Amino acid sequence: MSRVQIAFQDNDESRYIVAAIEQDNPTAVVHYEPAMIRVENEGSLTINRESVCEQIGMDWNVQSLHLNLITLTGHIDEEDDYFKIMWNN
Amino acid sequence: MSPTKLNLKDKYKLLTRDLDWEFSYEDRQEAFPYEEFEGIKITDWDKWEDPFRLTMDAYWKYQAEKEKKLYAIYDAFSQNNGHTNVTDARYVNAIKLFLTGVSPGEHAAHLGFAFTGRQMGGIGARVAAQMQSIDELRHIQTQIHAMSHYNKFFDGFDEFNHMHDRVWYLSVPKSFFEDARTAGPFEFMVAIGFSFEYVLTNLLFVPFMSGAAYNGDMATVTFGFSAQSDEARHMTLGLEIIKFLLEQHEDNVPIVQKWLDKWLWRGYRLLTLVAMMMDYMLPQKFMSWQEAWELYFEDAGGALFKDLERYGIKMPDYTETIKQEKEHLSHQAWWTFYQYTHAAAFHTWTPSSDEMDWLSEKYPNTFDKYYRPRWELAAEMEAKGERFYTTGLPQLCQTCQIPMMFTEVDDPSQVAYRESVYNDERFHFCSDPCKSIFDNEPEKYVHAWLPVHQILQGNCGGGGLDKVIEYYHLDNGAANLEFEGSPDAERWKQWKGVA
Ligand SMILES: [Fe+2]
Ligand SMILES: [Fe+2]
Ligand SMILES: [Zn+2]
Repeated sequence: MSRVQIAFQDNDESRYIVAAIEQDNPTAVVHYEPAMIRVENEGSLTINRESVCEQIGMDWNVQSLHLNLITLTGHIDEEDDYFKIMWNN
Repeated sequence: MSPTKLNLKDKYKLLTRDLDWEFSYEDRQEAFPYEEFEGIKITDWDKWEDPFRLTMDAYWKYQAEKEKKLYAIYDAFSQNNGHTNVTDARYVNAIKLFLTGVSPGEHAAHLGFAFTGRQMGGIGARVAAQMQSIDELRHIQTQIHAMSHYNKFFDGFDEFNHMHDRVWYLSVPKSFFEDARTAGPFEFMVAIGFSFEYVLTNLLFVPFMSGAAYNGDMATVTFGFSAQSDEARHMTLGLEIIKFLLEQHEDNVPIVQKWLDKWLWRGYRLLTLVAMMMDYMLPQKFMSWQEAWELYFEDAGGALFKDLERYGIKMPDYTETIKQEKEHLSHQAWWTFYQYTHAAAFHTWTPSSDEMDWLSEKYPNTFDKYYRPRWELAAEMEAKGERFYTTGLPQLCQTCQIPMMFTEVDDPSQVAYRESVYNDERFHFCSDPCKSIFDNEPEKYVHAWLPVHQILQGNCGGGGLDKVIEYYHLDNGAANLEFEGSPDAERWKQWKGVA
């Protein structure tokens, strides 16, 4: 299986998104790099809307991911409730 | 969420796919005249999958929010004299290179995506390409705005647009984008959308921006990451187009493979400038070119090609060459610019002894053996007041337009030269892949506007080097030459209160 990765600007919104990722993807590895946070995981990685809402303490729209996203790898599956990246190998 | 709201899928369907219409009285082929001439076969545009279900209304909303954040930071940056907070004035040369070499590429991408956003027959792909076209226009605009603050205090920024069409090393990115823009819509998508945006853009933006952050440049890191937030969308458009072309018809596979082989190499050669920026131009270094290459190409690109294998696509043959070059690239590039900096719109310098130690540590197989002695000699000459410049003109590669400076894979002491004869004329190349790109489309590359040939033919101001520098609008004695003793360096000392 190949690794997927996603990176965010290091700011006050991303912090909660990353916390939600860590909670829902226990094998994910988080790297803090200058001004950015990069998260890697084997095979796939999922961001659940509900988990982010819980972490951030308010309603959060999956599409607002666009505001803080820096880069990602893998194929995308985007729904109202989650955002997922994965490789098919 | 209120129950009356459409879900993402339905909203996307209504606000994107439903914007298309049937051609009842016009000929569809006439409406999309470029769709077939590249040999690509599309059987069903409805099979197009949109990764991000971004509709135009949401697009404007998020883009506006990004811009507001960005310009608030620009204001704060200039109100607080942010330029004095960078690690060292040498750093600013990295962003001079960015504005002159990269930003005009954003504009070229804007034009290219406007073309594909008109010419592709499928509505999903068309809307995504149109959004990208607008993004790329936003990128060049925000970059010019960010740099306009530095332009008030440093030399080398003001004539970036004039220079882009003339200066020798800027013909490298210029010709890259022109090559892509003069191809058909699908080759453009594979060239820029996939090979550049998906596979290589991380190597351009992420190191540049992390480097900026590390060196105290808040304006650049902000526009960089703001642009990069669009890049994630661009990358997935690139990946989607590749999958779509490969799934549509098996006859597309060899065409796409040939484009990939061409464009990954063209893009990789272009990134030579980034390699040098990372290893030599950032006073505060955070990652070597080799490390970035391993993380973003070998690792991430490897996973990608494993995924594309099922379509019969393979990693280009030259990846072994790249693997070997990664330990040499930045050193050879900086050495080239060091020698020719009298004709460049930024300063160069010899690495300090601390920097050389860092390079030895990052490049244990090559730096001490091949490059340290060269830099020590250069520093020695400089100390004696004999700063080294080369006065001759280099030979350029007909394909990538980079001076011949890359060495043979099995012999780092030997510069590589390749050649082909076409219509009784001899053409020169830096490498096997550049030669085979030419051999596949010689009628295109014989037209290359090679800066050195143009100088020798008298088309760049005529006369000697002084005339060329004038033709470039290069502020002689200020924007060019060695960093030490430059007006930039002197002003910096004054601001910092150093005698
Ligand atoms: Fe861009
Ligand atoms: Fe882009
Ligand atoms: Zn070449």
